[in-house]
Amino acid sequence: MTTPVAQEQENYLNNSYGLKSWLLTKDHKRIALLYLATITLFFFIGGAFATLIRVELLTPQGDLVSSDIYNRLFTMHGITMIFFFLIPSIPATLGNFLIPMMIGARDLAFPRINLLSWYLLVVGGLFALFAMLAGGVDTGWTFYTPYSTTYSNSWVIATALGIFVAGFSSILTGLNFIVTIHRMRAPGMTWFRLPLFVWAHYATAVIQVLGTPVLAVTLILVLCERLFHIGIFDPALGGDPVLFQHLFWFYSHPAVYIMILPAMGVISELISTFSRKAIFGYHFVAGSSIAIAVFGFLVWGHHLFVSTQSVYAGLVFSFLSYAVAIPSAIKVFNWTATLYKGSISFETPMLYAFGFIGLFTIGGLTGLFVASLGIDVHVTDTYFVVAHFHYIMVGGAIMAFLGGLHFWWPKITGRMYPEGWAKLSAGIVFLGFNGTFFPQFILGYLGMPRRYHVYPPEFQVLHVMSTLGASVLAVGYLMPMVYLAWSWKYGPLAGPNPYRATGLEWKTASPPPLHNFDELPVVTHGAYDYSTVTEEVTSVG
Amino acid sequence: MADHAHAASPALQVQFDTAEQQKDASTLGMWVFLITEVMFFGGMFLAYIVYRAAYPDIFALASSSLNVYIGAANTAVLLCSSFTMVLGVRAAQLGQKKALAINIVLTMLLGFVFLGVKAFEWREKFIEHHVPGPSFHFAGAAMQGPAQLFFSLYFAMTGLHALHMVIGAGIMTWLLINSIRGKYSAEYMTPVDIGGLYWHFVDIIWIFLFPLFYLIDRHLK
Amino acid sequence: MKIPLFPEQASTFAPDVDNLYFYLIAVSVFFTLLIFSAVFFLAIKYRRRSGNDGVPKDVHAGILLEVVWSVIPFGLAMVMFGWGAEIFFRESRPPKDALSIYVVAKQWMWKLEHMEGQREINELHIPVGRPIRLTMTSEDVIHSFYVPAFRTKQDVVPGRYSTTWFTPTQTGKYHLFCAEYCGTTHSGMIGWVYVLSPEDYQDWLSGGKKTGTLAERGEKLFNDLACSNCHKPDNSGRCPTLVSVFGSTVKLVGGATAKADEAYIRESILRPDAKVVFGYQPLMPTFQGQVTEEDVLELVEYVKSLTPKPPALAPAAENKAQASNR
Repeated sequence: MTTPVAQEQENYLNNSYGLKSWLLTKDHKRIALLYLATITLFFFIGGAFATLIRVELLTPQGDLVSSDIYNRLFTMHGITMIFFFLIPSIPATLGNFLIPMMIGARDLAFPRINLLSWYLLVVGGLFALFAMLAGGVDTGWTFYTPYSTTYSNSWVIATALGIFVAGFSSILTGLNFIVTIHRMRAPGMTWFRLPLFVWAHYATAVIQVLGTPVLAVTLILVLCERLFHIGIFDPALGGDPVLFQHLFWFYSHPAVYIMILPAMGVISELISTFSRKAIFGYHFVAGSSIAIAVFGFLVWGHHLFVSTQSVYAGLVFSFLSYAVAIPSAIKVFNWTATLYKGSISFETPMLYAFGFIGLFTIGGLTGLFVASLGIDVHVTDTYFVVAHFHYIMVGGAIMAFLGGLHFWWPKITGRMYPEGWAKLSAGIVFLGFNGTFFPQFILGYLGMPRRYHVYPPEFQVLHVMSTLGASVLAVGYLMPMVYLAWSWKYGPLAGPNPYRATGLEWKTASPPPLHNFDELPVVTHGAYDYSTVTEEVTSVG
Repeated sequence: MADHAHAASPALQVQFDTAEQQKDASTLGMWVFLITEVMFFGGMFLAYIVYRAAYPDIFALASSSLNVYIGAANTAVLLCSSFTMVLGVRAAQLGQKKALAINIVLTMLLGFVFLGVKAFEWREKFIEHHVPGPSFHFAGAAMQGPAQLFFSLYFAMTGLHALHMVIGAGIMTWLLINSIRGKYSAEYMTPVDIGGLYWHFVDIIWIFLFPLFYLIDRHLK
Repeated sequence: MKIPLFPEQASTFAPDVDNLYFYLIAVSVFFTLLIFSAVFFLAIKYRRRSGNDGVPKDVHAGILLEVVWSVIPFGLAMVMFGWGAEIFFRESRPPKDALSIYVVAKQWMWKLEHMEGQREINELHIPVGRPIRLTMTSEDVIHSFYVPAFRTKQDVVPGRYSTTWFTPTQTGKYHLFCAEYCGTTHSGMIGWVYVLSPEDYQDWLSGGKKTGTLAERGEKLFNDLACSNCHKPDNSGRCPTLVSVFGSTVKLVGGATAKADEAYIRESILRPDAKVVFGYQPLMPTFQGQVTEEDVLELVEYVKSLTPKPPALAPAAENKAQASNR
């Protein structure tokens, strides 16, 4: 390959040293790495809970832990994974790192607010960790009332405060992205020249900004009820426990789009780069992100089909839930069509992208099952739903995250990861994932309810299959941790654009300088014009 | 190229190319933030709507225990504070540093008057046992639960509003200090601008809270 | 090693739900295979060959393709919507002649009460071939009454009644699960539904201790709690008579009306000020705290019994109703 010119060049990693230079940084790239460390930690905490759950479920009896502990395990698994891993994951790491570069800016609009949002995640996470270490919370991540407000004897308040604080981290990230994308684009970077990654994060940011405050106020009401017994969710005092469900899901449904839209943005970039073709139907893919954000706010009642919500409300929410599926289908078709007459290579990021398409398709299709009122009555609150959302969040979002992490790894670190090990892990993740969660669809339709510590013996075989799959999946997740860390120190140096990708981030050094560009670019063509990147660029400037 | 702009205007942050871009970004940022605040208060407004629809008579009865004259006076105080805020923004636009400082001080004073009156009202509620909790009792309501709900929403929403006013007072203090130090001019008064936006927003929240809590008993009179 | 893949079909809803499920599986398998094979074949056919480093030409398709592959899936989805909605609609409308059974859920057990007075815990004995309607409430947190073999599920919420109904189609023993997380022993809040032949069901009903029917127990409560002092049958008390109230439309103070169903009766007992009958004063005290949910069910059944049954529901008509229910 080529000379390690990047090594001596000043970049965002070596321009200053010391703990203070990291903890007080205003550089979006360093903040992205701070986030990466934090969410990786929470991923392993959540994964530890998952391991205990799957081991317990090997047998129908509750022989590993007590029911009380088990209830805390699945609650804390959900809370950790959703609020402290998935919601921040792609936006706060890859989004933070790349959006300014992708639009040709020196940083986000509000760097200090960016740093503040990281601290808020850390503080919120510490509250939640404290609650977990002090004994945990056992309400389920959904905190349904009146159990969470009146009956649970666990650390509800500390956990709710932790999520409340972390919510503001999410809101501020969204606010920063919206203002940045509106006001900081380089000359010539019109909206329809933006990479689809940016469109996806814009739509995500709109959801973060509009939805998360409702979660915040819902948590405040839960706290007030728990502390002062004001009666808002207590039927004995005239309150309505189902009102909580409406308020909770008004945020928590759009929240799942916060988790998947950025992943879809990553996939657009990967499919395009490794086909060397513009994404088919660019405008439709961009528009579908916005459509998902809008429709995503209109479907929360599909979590309440059997809650005593009115039949007519159920009809409306079921219809709209089908409507929101269509933009996702549009994306899958357009990604597939991009391969047609492309020039396709099979580096690790592309393997993750293929895995995403497969698993997201299955997960999304099973969404059609639960959107159907007649089916949902049978499968809601069973393992069918558990399988559905894990296909999207793990099979979808986490695979996209890993794919993106590998793709932009050379840009972030200046080093390449070991391709062989990476491909192997991708395969292990794909197999392990399906082994874990496909049996759960069958379990769910059979009638196995969720959040069950003990279960009837006829369900055991499927549970054993699921746990076996989970052990394989765990290996698949551990491997990248090891080889990515190894590669940061020992991996071969990477040039500015090892994949001959389009995108402004590839026009600067790997790792980039402090302010991203030595000279701010002027944009003259669309996002995916591969005729402009025919040579592998080995050095910049 | 960008360096010239930065040298000429020390308030220009490094990520922006021009002062105008910075002003646009800051203003858009404040508007987006205020939208999140609408959603934040919106959740509680929804809870209010749901329970008032369920218990209209008890809510009206509970509302009659709030002093509408004090509430109206407080509303006028807050409206005046928004007026002085506007005068302050105008002063900043014209580079009138002294007028800016004076108007910020007046805005803060009116804000403190509002908070003081609120504290007085809350104390009254404590004395009358209208504070939700073990010692809650609302004489005249057949069902205590919904009456307690009214007052829970009253304290939660006016309390959240008061918290935002306290934060607003902090923002005003910071603006006052900076304006005295001469940091603002006709060319650069963005913080005053967006501080004003925040203050007006908090005012508007009160404009909704006042009728919903104080004026829904008119048909009983 | 038998791996179960499918629950039994034990109610009239089960085949309907399963048929919709098969349609969904068919559509899903089709699209999964379509996408998987498209990706597979395209990736292989257009793989980058060594030496060929050219930039592929952009392929533009018009808006037509995007519309077609949006409209067709939407159409398929609308079938799913309509089909599922139709089942859901039927599930929300129990037949008028359904056999009523009451359910009170509490942490962590199911208490079931038959009209004839039998009480069961975590077990429900019902006859095959008759529509069964459950009226349910919770004493504490939200639970959910789930019988996979029937394909029915309904949350059981404190402070209100919720209903579910089904017509069992084969005798046997079926799992009953609580399907809404409710605390420590949520996974222990399970039981069995025993569907019996009509003869066995009659046998079962007549066995066991005689405790009086729900309505009889309700009448006793009605007198013990002194309701009869005000609610006189001849309307001479300070409160409206309860004869023929159940099932009627009641005019309220302020002009609104209310349907006098189970929820209305329950609310009248626990929160009498919520809906005061037109022409009367809000004099009735609340009985919240003095009566349990089971007491309320008994009072509801008693009030129901004060509405004479329409003469059409003679035994011959009942058999016809049984046979004609799907």
